[in-house]
Amino acid sequence: MDERVKNILASFRGHRSEIIPILQAVQHEFGYLPEQEMKEIAKFLRVPESQVYGVATFYAQFYFTPRGKHEIKVCLGTACHVRGANKILDALERELGICCGETTSDALFSLEKVACVGSCALAPVVMIDDNVYGRLETKKVKEVLGKYA
Amino acid sequence: MTQVNLTIDQLDVMAEEGTTILQAALANNIYIPHLCSHPELRPAGICRLCLVEVEGQLLVSCSTAVAEGMVVQTATLEVEKIRRLAVELMVAEHERTCLSCGKNNDCKLQEICRFVGVDEKRLASLQPAERKLVDSSHPFITKDESKCVLCGICVRTCREIQGAEAIDFISRGYATKIGTFGARPLQESNCEACGECVIRCPVGALLPRGFARPSREVETICPFCGTGCGLFLGVRGDRIVSVRGNPGHTTNRGRLCVKGRFGWTFVHSQERLKTPLIKRKGRLEEASWEEALELVTAKLGRYRGEEVGVFASAKTTNEEIYLTSKFARVVLKTNNIANVAHLCHANTVRGLLPVTGSAGMTVPVWQIKEAACLFVTGCNPTEAHPIIGLEIRQAVRSGAKLIIANPREIPLCRLPHLRLPLRPGTDLALLLGIAKTILEEKLLDEAFIAERTLNFDTFKASLEKFSLAEAEAVSGVPAERIREAARLYATSKPALIFWSMGITQHSHGHKNVWALAHLAMMTGNYGKAGAGVAPLRGHNNVQGATDMGATPAWYPGYQLCPGYELYPRFGKFASSKEKFEAAWGCELPETPGLSTVKQFNPRARGWGGPEMWDLPQKIKAWYIIGTDLVNSVAGSHGVRQNLEAAEFVVVQDIFLTETAKLAHVVLPAASFAEKDGTFTATDRRVQRIRRAVTPPGLAWPDWRIICELAGRMGYGDKFAYQDPAQIMEEIASVVPLYGGISYGRLEKEELRWPCYGQEHGGTPVLHVDRFLRVEKGEFWPLEYELSPELPDEEYPLVMTTGRLLPHFHYNMTAKVEGIEALGGKDFVEINEEDAAALQLKSGDMVRLVSRRGSLLSRAKVSKAILPGVVFKPIHKGAVNLLTSADFIDPMGTTPNTKVCPVRLEKA
Repeated sequence: MDERVKNILASFRGHRSEIIPILQAVQHEFGYLPEQEMKEIAKFLRVPESQVYGVATFYAQFYFTPRGKHEIKVCLGTACHVRGANKILDALERELGICCGETTSDALFSLEKVACVGSCALAPVVMIDDNVYGRLETKKVKEVLGKYA
Repeated sequence: MTQVNLTIDQLDVMAEEGTTILQAALANNIYIPHLCSHPELRPAGICRLCLVEVEGQLLVSCSTAVAEGMVVQTATLEVEKIRRLAVELMVAEHERTCLSCGKNNDCKLQEICRFVGVDEKRLASLQPAERKLVDSSHPFITKDESKCVLCGICVRTCREIQGAEAIDFISRGYATKIGTFGARPLQESNCEACGECVIRCPVGALLPRGFARPSREVETICPFCGTGCGLFLGVRGDRIVSVRGNPGHTTNRGRLCVKGRFGWTFVHSQERLKTPLIKRKGRLEEASWEEALELVTAKLGRYRGEEVGVFASAKTTNEEIYLTSKFARVVLKTNNIANVAHLCHANTVRGLLPVTGSAGMTVPVWQIKEAACLFVTGCNPTEAHPIIGLEIRQAVRSGAKLIIANPREIPLCRLPHLRLPLRPGTDLALLLGIAKTILEEKLLDEAFIAERTLNFDTFKASLEKFSLAEAEAVSGVPAERIREAARLYATSKPALIFWSMGITQHSHGHKNVWALAHLAMMTGNYGKAGAGVAPLRGHNNVQGATDMGATPAWYPGYQLCPGYELYPRFGKFASSKEKFEAAWGCELPETPGLSTVKQFNPRARGWGGPEMWDLPQKIKAWYIIGTDLVNSVAGSHGVRQNLEAAEFVVVQDIFLTETAKLAHVVLPAASFAEKDGTFTATDRRVQRIRRAVTPPGLAWPDWRIICELAGRMGYGDKFAYQDPAQIMEEIASVVPLYGGISYGRLEKEELRWPCYGQEHGGTPVLHVDRFLRVEKGEFWPLEYELSPELPDEEYPLVMTTGRLLPHFHYNMTAKVEGIEALGGKDFVEINEEDAAALQLKSGDMVRLVSRRGSLLSRAKVSKAILPGVVFKPIHKGAVNLLTSADFIDPMGTTPNTKVCPVRLEKA
C-alpha cells in the first residue's frame, strides 16, 4: 500500500460512515481518486469496491483522473449560455484536444464546465485557476491558453 | 405467528404480522403495480409505484408492514394520479423498442403500463434524445442502459443473493446508472457471471445471450461440480435452449453459477463424438458400431486380470459406474478398476474409513448456514463449488466465524475472517498446532471423546513433542494466530470443516485428513446439525464413483476386496468377495488391483510395502470411460507413454479428448442431458438426471455400450437391463447404503445415503448416535511429515494448482465459447516480490520448469499469493507435465500434486 494512503487511513477508525472524509483526504493528497487507493479504502472500511465508487461518483467534488496543473472552468450558466458559452467550450476542447472533464496528456490543463461563477455581466466567462476571463470570444481562446503554456 | 386483520380496497384480509401491505395485497389477488420489489430481496422502496393510501396518508406498500385494523386503498384518485406520473416518467426514459426486446411479453414495465394506462401523446414530448449504447461485450449478458428503470434489483441481488457486490448505483441525477467499480465492463469487475441479476431484471436491461423460450422443461441435475444443484433444461424440439435453476431444490434454491447457467452449450457442440472411431494406419477413422464393438470384443477380450486396466467415469451415472465396476470384475476378471477420485479425495475416503467409518460430508449442503464456525482449508469453494461458496457467504453474513487456511487469498477472504496463510504442504503442522492448542487450553469435548471415540491417549501422546513454535516454523503462520484459530474453532459450535485438493493431493494426504477428523472429534463436532466435515467432491458424480466401487479397494458400497484388508478394525468385514460372487453369479478375481497412478506408474512409491514400490508394468490394455487421463493424472507424460505403448486402448467419451486421441477404438457416449440415471452429490444425496434430448449422431448412453460389450463377450445374461431403473434395483439389492433407493422414491423424496430400506428415510446427518460402520471414532497417532520433493536452488518456487470459476477441467467448458472468452486465458500467478526479483510484470511470457518438464504461460503478478509460491490453474497448458507421480499416499494412493518445486524463467 502507498505510504500516503496508509498514513491517511491510520487517522480513521474504519467505520463505514467515514467514507466521505477519507475520500476527501485521499483526493487532497493525490489530486484525484486513484483506483488502487479506492480499493484500499474499500478494504479498510469493509465495504464493496463498487459501493465506494458509487459514493464517490455521486459527488461532483471527486475526480477519477489526475488533474492538470491549471484548472479551466467554462461557465454554462444562463447568461453565458445565451452569449454562446457552448462555442467557447467547443473551441477549448478543440484547442486542447480533450473533452470536457478530461486532462491534457501533458497534464497542463483540466477542462470542466460549471453552472455559474457569478460574473454574469462579463458573460461568456471562463476561469483558469483563480483568473477570470470575461467577454471571451472563440478566436481569443488560443491567446488566453498561451499565457499558461 | 400472529395474524393481523386489515381491509384492502374494502376486502377484509388476514395477514401474518410483519408482512408488508404489498405482500398481503398480492396474496389476496389484489394487484398493486410494483417494480423494485422482489420476493427474494429486502424491500428498497425505490420505484414508488406501489403507493397506497392509508387513512389519508400516502405510503409505499412494499416497505410498510400491515397493522391491525388498517384500511388500505390501492386506487384512490390521488394514488392513481401520482402513480401514472411516476410510470410516465419511467416510460419516457425507457427505450421503447418492445417488439425487438427479448423481454417482450415478460416485462414488468409492460405489465404496469397495461394496468395503469399510459398516454402516448403525453410521452411523445418526453422521449430522450440519446439512445445509449448496448453493452454486448460480455459473453453471456447483454446490458442495455436505455431500458434500465433503476429499480436496483440487480444491485440487491448481487449483494444479498450472490454476495459478489460487483455493481452499485453510480453517478447521480439523470446520469445515474448501474455500474461496476471504475465503470468497467462486468467481466473486468468482481462479477461472478452467475446471471442471478439477469433472471431477476424486470425489464430488458439485462438479458441472457443465446437463450430462447423453451417449449418444455426437463428437471435434472447440473453436470459440473459435486454440489449437485437442481436445474431445468429448457428444450425446444430436440435442442436445449435455456437453463433455469430449480427453486424447489434444497441445495441451490434456484441459484446457479456461471457453469451451471451458461455452460450447457457443450451438449450441442460440433465437436461431440458422433460415430465410433477406429485407428487405421495411425489415424482415427469413422466406423459403424458393429465394426467397433466387434473389434473391441476381439481385442479387449484377449486380456484378463492383471493385463488390463479399467477406468470408470466420475461424470457418468451411478448405474453406469456400477456396471463399469461389474464389467471389470465379472467380464475382464480384474480388480484394476480405477477412477479420478484416486487423484483427489481417495485420501479422504480411504483415510477416513478407519477413523470415522465414512468420508461422506456429514451434513446436507442446506445445513451449512447452521454452522457457527466454518473452517475452510485447502479449497476455494467460491470458484470450485460456487453454490457451497454462496452458503458459506450467507452463513458468515449471519454471524458465523470463518477461518481460512490457504497460501492464496481466495475470494472468500473478502468476508470477515481469520486467515492462516500457510506454505503449501505444511497443513499437517498447522493442524497439529491447532490440536495442540485445543489440548493445552482444555477446549476438548471430554464427554464426546469418552463416549464416542477410542485411542485418544495414543493421539495425545503423539503430540507430546510437538510445539506451537514448530508449527509456526514449518507453516509460516504465527503461533498466536494458530492459537486464535484453535480457540475460535473449538468454542464456536457447531463447527464445519471444508476441504478439498489442498488437503488431499499430498503423498501424506491421509494424515492431513486424519488431523481434520481428529479436530472434529476432539471438539464433539460430529452427529449434529451443521457440524462435522465437508470434503467437497469435484465431479458431479465422483461421490457415486466411490460409492459404486470403481476402485480396487472395494466392491460397490465400500465392501472390501481381497488384499485390501488394510484396516485392522475392519477384520470382520474382511472381504466381500464371496457375497459378490453369489450376487453376480460367477467367480471374481483374487489378485488385488491397482489404482489410477499405480496403473500408469507402477514404480510409484508410498503405497503398500516396499515390495509394491517397484512393480513391472503388467497392464497391456485399457478400457477408459469418460476420463481425460492424459491431462488429469500427475506426471501426465508417463500416462501418454503408457497409452502409446499399450497393445490396445479403448476410450469411451463425449469428446475426442487428448486421451481419446491415443486410443485404438473410440466409442461415442451420451452426455448427462441425453440419458436417465442418478448422480450422488457431495452431501450424499442421490438424485435423478433425466433425458432431455437425443444423443448426437450414433452416440449411446454408457450403460448401453457396456451391456452390449458384455453381451458380445459372453456375459449377456449378467448384463441384461431394460433401463437404468433396473440397474438401480440391482444396486439396491447388493449395496446396503443404497438399499432403499429406487426411481419411484427419488421422484418424491430427498434421500441421502445410508438409506437401508424402503422404510428408511435416508440420513441427512451422519454419525448421529454412533459412527457409521466403525461404531466408535478412532484417533490415530500423528507426526508431522515433510513433502517428498522440496524446493532447492535450482527449483526455488513451489507450484500449487487449482480451478477457476468459469471452467470445469479440460473438455466440457472448453467447448463453450463464452466461457473461453471469460476465463480462457492461461496464467501463472506469482507474488509481486518474486516477480520483481525476476523482473516480471503481468502479461509477460514465462517458462515454468520443474524436474519433469516445462510449459509456457503468462505471468500474473499479484499480492494474493504468498512469496515463494506460484499458482497455476489446471484447465489449460497441461500442468501435469510438471507434477510428479513418483510419490503416492500409503492409503489413498493420491499423488503429491500440490507441492511441485519449479523455477520461472522469462520466455
